[in-house]
Amino acid sequence: MDQNKIKEEKARWGQSDPGLAKAAPRHTDWGDPVEKLYTPADVSAQDYLEQLGFPGEHPFARGVYPSMYLGRPWTVRQYSGYDSPKDTNARFRYLLEQGQTGLSVAFDLPTQIGYDSDHPMSAGEVGKVGVPVDTLEDMEVIFEGLPLDKLSTSMTINAPSAIMLAMYVSIGKKQGLDPSVLRGTLQNDVLKEYTVRGTYIFPPQPSIRLVTDIFAYCSKSVPRFNTINVAGYHLREAGCSAVQEIAFSFSNAIAYIEAALDAGLGIDEFAPRISWIFNTNNKLFEEVAKYRAARRIWAELLRDRFGAKDPRSCMLRFHTQTSGASLTAQQPLNNVVRVAYQTLAAVLAGAQSIAACSYDEALSLPTEESVRTSLRTQQILREETGVTDTIDPLGGSYYLEALTNQIYDRIKGLMDEVEKMGGAVAAIEKGFVQKEIERRSYDIQKQIEGGKFVVVGVNKYAIEEQEPEVLVESNPQAEQDQIERLQALKNRRSNDKVDGALAALKQTAQGDGALMPVIIEAVESYASLGEICGVLRGVFGEYQPVRTI
Amino acid sequence: MSKRIRVLAAKPGLDGHDRGIKVVCAGLKDAGMEVIYTGLRQTPEAIVAAALQEDVDVIALSTLSGAHNQHLPRVAQLLREKDAAHVLLVAGGIVPPKDRVALREQGVKEIFGPGTTMTEIAEFIRNNVSLS
Repeated sequence: MDQNKIKEEKARWGQSDPGLAKAAPRHTDWGDPVEKLYTPADVSAQDYLEQLGFPGEHPFARGVYPSMYLGRPWTVRQYSGYDSPKDTNARFRYLLEQGQTGLSVAFDLPTQIGYDSDHPMSAGEVGKVGVPVDTLEDMEVIFEGLPLDKLSTSMTINAPSAIMLAMYVSIGKKQGLDPSVLRGTLQNDVLKEYTVRGTYIFPPQPSIRLVTDIFAYCSKSVPRFNTINVAGYHLREAGCSAVQEIAFSFSNAIAYIEAALDAGLGIDEFAPRISWIFNTNNKLFEEVAKYRAARRIWAELLRDRFGAKDPRSCMLRFHTQTSGASLTAQQPLNNVVRVAYQTLAAVLAGAQSIAACSYDEALSLPTEESVRTSLRTQQILREETGVTDTIDPLGGSYYLEALTNQIYDRIKGLMDEVEKMGGAVAAIEKGFVQKEIERRSYDIQKQIEGGKFVVVGVNKYAIEEQEPEVLVESNPQAEQDQIERLQALKNRRSNDKVDGALAALKQTAQGDGALMPVIIEAVESYASLGEICGVLRGVFGEYQPVRTI
Repeated sequence: MSKRIRVLAAKPGLDGHDRGIKVVCAGLKDAGMEVIYTGLRQTPEAIVAAALQEDVDVIALSTLSGAHNQHLPRVAQLLREKDAAHVLLVAGGIVPPKDRVALREQGVKEIFGPGTTMTEIAEFIRNNVSLS
């Protein structure tokens, strides 16, 4: 095919209709101009085998597994966690009955920040955004009657990840299961807590030590657990672009990898268990391009920079959730449509696991009906639309391939910038990542208020509407009940055993020994999360945020 | 020239979602106000102490974790106890309608929900602030 001829013909075509010349220029989410039409000339430089290849083979641009959804569909994994361990257990049973295939536990804020339910800082927060876990007893209740060898469980927990993993291993043991059969995922991505999510406890260095300890422990004892779920999701929710989402989260992952290598782990011992959570947003083609480019960058990075030999180390396996921040409190049913398009993008991009948001989450906790609708959105895509009939179905679209190449370059450019600053930790300590995200989220807000960034039902097609009734409210008794349960447990347990385990934990934390075994011992003595984190706070100190405003 | 409005912005409780409050801080600055943001995990006591020390005219709080009934009335109460009830107390976040009614009765002047513009917030503050 004569590329020059195509370009000439395209130029001619561009003048053929006044509407074309007049059409306002469009831009991608990351600011590059979008062509009015893409042709083979836009992808003529693409080397198919080198840049795309085949699914399940380097560089994995078209998918991480050879058979993708033809082999097995993505995991349907809705995020939930209720007032109390008991209610959460009931919701999990309901979701599994409805055809959900993996669990995803939302914890309340005190749990995520390492405070017990009776700590003064926990007042008013217990059981609000997820389930409270004070001790192993709470986890026993959450998973009662749920055989852990038949499940995979994702836990959205970061700073206290080691403690939650220890509890999960312990309830497995109580079910007679060896840790090696347990499957699940810890979020365990502390660096993004400093920049956007806010549930940090310790400073970067000891936090990364805990991450490395989990890598080491799991590679020996819990080999089927995803030890980390590096997050682009929350960066994007905080307002960054698709390019920043991938570049900043990859830079964070590089920091964890380097720490693990420094601690003496081999790359192929831990890299296969690195997993991801990304944000699937409104711009469908750009989102698909983002994931394809990200898979390629990750594969090249692991193979070429870190010398990974195991192909699994190079596979970017990801969970994605649709964007909560794109949903509106106005005309909430419109969100069903947004969620469906975003979920479609995730499927077209080859996600391993998907959570579709609930349409009412800009208003309150989701109702049973809205959760079911999200579940059905995924099931309709899977079983009615035929979009899974072939792998990477948009591959070969001139537009998509051009976008994939473009975002590939942009992501790598920004990763280089972070690298030059001394890597992710330095970039965060300088406030660079925070300021970049803040700048962009402010810019978007100004565009929304100026009407340039359209939000249907909010700054366009708005209607007079009555505020809907809030149907689900958290139980006002939940906090008091949880505190009473914790007190009762503390009276019942052997406090000598707890004191001994906490003393051993302190000693290990002060040195450089492996933390997981002593944390497991502490958890099994029914020491509370707050007591364990309290010991670690004493040794490690607490993170002081960087001021950017 | 009239005195510039001084605003103290903070996140009470444990909620870490600060996209909204940071955008509002930037918007209020662009609207000509002085803004002090004290960040995450602020107790009502710390918020009121900072407000008095900085001699602000407005306290703007953001809460998305559902703990609003815990923290917001306490800030209002402390302001009254410290003889600082003239400070305009506003909040933003996901707060159900019936809680908003109760919070207004307890001294939170306005609660801005999702979709509120920075312009609306700045205008509300200008119209309701009492400059000392």
